Amino acid sequence: MDQQLLKLLEENALVSPETLAKQLNLSVDQVKSRIKHLEEAKIILAYKAIIDDDKAEFQTVKAVIEVRITPERGGGFNRLSDRIARYPEVTSCFLMSGGYDLLVFVEGRTLKEVAMFVSEKLSTIQGVLSTATHFTLKTYKEQGVMIDQEIAEERLKVSP
Amino acid sequence: MSVKRNAVVTDFVANHVRSIPRSGIRDFFEIVQSMTDVVSLGIGEPDFATPWHIREAAIYALEKGKTGYTSNLGLPRLRKSIARYVRQNYHVEYDALSEVLVAVGVSEAMDIALRAVINPGDEVLYHSPCYVSYNPSILLVHGKPVEIPTLAEDHFKLRPEALKAKITAKSKVLILNFPTNPTGAVMNQQELLAIAEVCQQHDLLVITDEIYSELSYGETHCSIASLPGMRERCIFLHGFSKAFAMTGFRVGYACAPVALIEAMMRIHQYAMLCAPIISQEAAIEALENGQSDMEQMREQYQLRRNFLLNSFREIGIPCFNAQGAFYLFPRIDQTGLNSREFAVRLLEEQKVAVVPGNAFGASGEGHVRCSYATGMDQLEVAVERIGKFVRSL
Ligand SMILES: Cc1ncc(COP(=O)(O)O)c(C=O)c1O
Repeated sequence: MDQQLLKLLEENALVSPETLAKQLNLSVDQVKSRIKHLEEAKIILAYKAIIDDDKAEFQTVKAVIEVRITPERGGGFNRLSDRIARYPEVTSCFLMSGGYDLLVFVEGRTLKEVAMFVSEKLSTIQGVLSTATHFTLKTYKEQGVMIDQEIAEERLKVSP
Repeated sequence: MSVKRNAVVTDFVANHVRSIPRSGIRDFFEIVQSMTDVVSLGIGEPDFATPWHIREAAIYALEKGKTGYTSNLGLPRLRKSIARYVRQNYHVEYDALSEVLVAVGVSEAMDIALRAVINPGDEVLYHSPCYVSYNPSILLVHGKPVEIPTLAEDHFKLRPEALKAKITAKSKVLILNFPTNPTGAVMNQQELLAIAEVCQQHDLLVITDEIYSELSYGETHCSIASLPGMRERCIFLHGFSKAFAMTGFRVGYACAPVALIEAMMRIHQYAMLCAPIISQEAAIEALENGQSDMEQMREQYQLRRNFLLNSFREIGIPCFNAQGAFYLFPRIDQTGLNSREFAVRLLEEQKVAVVPGNAFGASGEGHVRCSYATGMDQLEVAVERIGKFVRSL
């Protein structure tokens, strides 16, 4: 049941407890206490809006950086990864299999800002072996949402 | 040469076509179409676009230049997929190459099935409220439609006594549609066994339209064709429109013993030649890789059904917990309005479209059909407005 509740919230975090209750055949109080529990258990981490930066006229530059780092005795990649992930410029950070170790998503106001972050902060960290930075040019899909939404063709309003 | 005046031009139209009444849905559709900001629960097709991988298969088919006719019965690979799908999900064995016919939707399959078996004057039984096209389809083949009303109290199930009461020496075919459009009714194996027995006693052929069968939310769906002795007297109709959200592809199929498929084929080959190849290619993809998308859509429908049903209860509109399709068929006669008045006033006063129950046969009077093949955001608005409307009465 929690799985279903989570899926519904993942799709639309703004859906009301009243609606969720009706969908899941639960009482409103049951829904509220489950959500509270999921939040306290840090299963639900946060609620955010997904924004079309271009339309919102946000001046943001996004980049993806492939980072190779030296693993450490005992902690492996964890200490360095955690340190890198803490920078506010970093929006996501993943440990990867393959030709590099970390995939780091960063965001800044200008190209220069992002470039500075890489050259001044990221590359200078002890244990970072190399970086390869790719700037994004255009967003087609963001967190499961198509930026150019398909315009549902005029559906018939009544059909058999 | 003189142009025929209109009155005279109508004379060209065949008598039996002229006598077909206007569709209640179409009437209502025209009122709705003239308004703006309508939230519609009147739509009998999925609101989901066809899953992307299925659309992609159609695009790929085009890219590969698959733009010709197929064999009359349909692409062999599709027929094999269909035979497998029907065996696995409905537990009936059909030979892929001789007992499966790919048609332009269940609509065409129903038409050619009726044309293949009905002699003028043969009686065709069907339970109502029912899909709007059964009655006219029977009239178009010069059959005699015989409606068997089913009851809200009985969750719109077809009962053997009700069926027997309508059987005459001329009865030839029984059309079944479970889960039912417009009621969402379902029949379990036990209940179907009772119907199967009557069909055998009275030598009836069953045309079973199981287009909503994947959309069953309670007990697992049972096909009457899978019951002992029924395969030989069943034409099993199914398609892709509802479960795979493929209405616009216009593709469906019939499975039946060779002699019946052969008869349907005689009509199909001349009237239609074949179903569109692009749609057939997409249908293969749906059957081979579409299961999980279908299940996700079903889960959404079920959540919406719960929402709508619980909301009706809150508002005080009686409605049975329909276990199939994407319709609820609530009772509205306690408001003092008939189904058309209810639908028209709800539309005019609150801009919510529902379909008057009597569009699906006289036995639908006192009810309206509410489709939940519509996004939750729309359903929430609709429910709020229906609540306001009912309280204002
Ligand atoms: C009961 C029933 N049968 C058949 C059809 C038509 O299906 P198809 O799109 O396969 O022609 C519909 C569509 O609304 C339906 O509700």
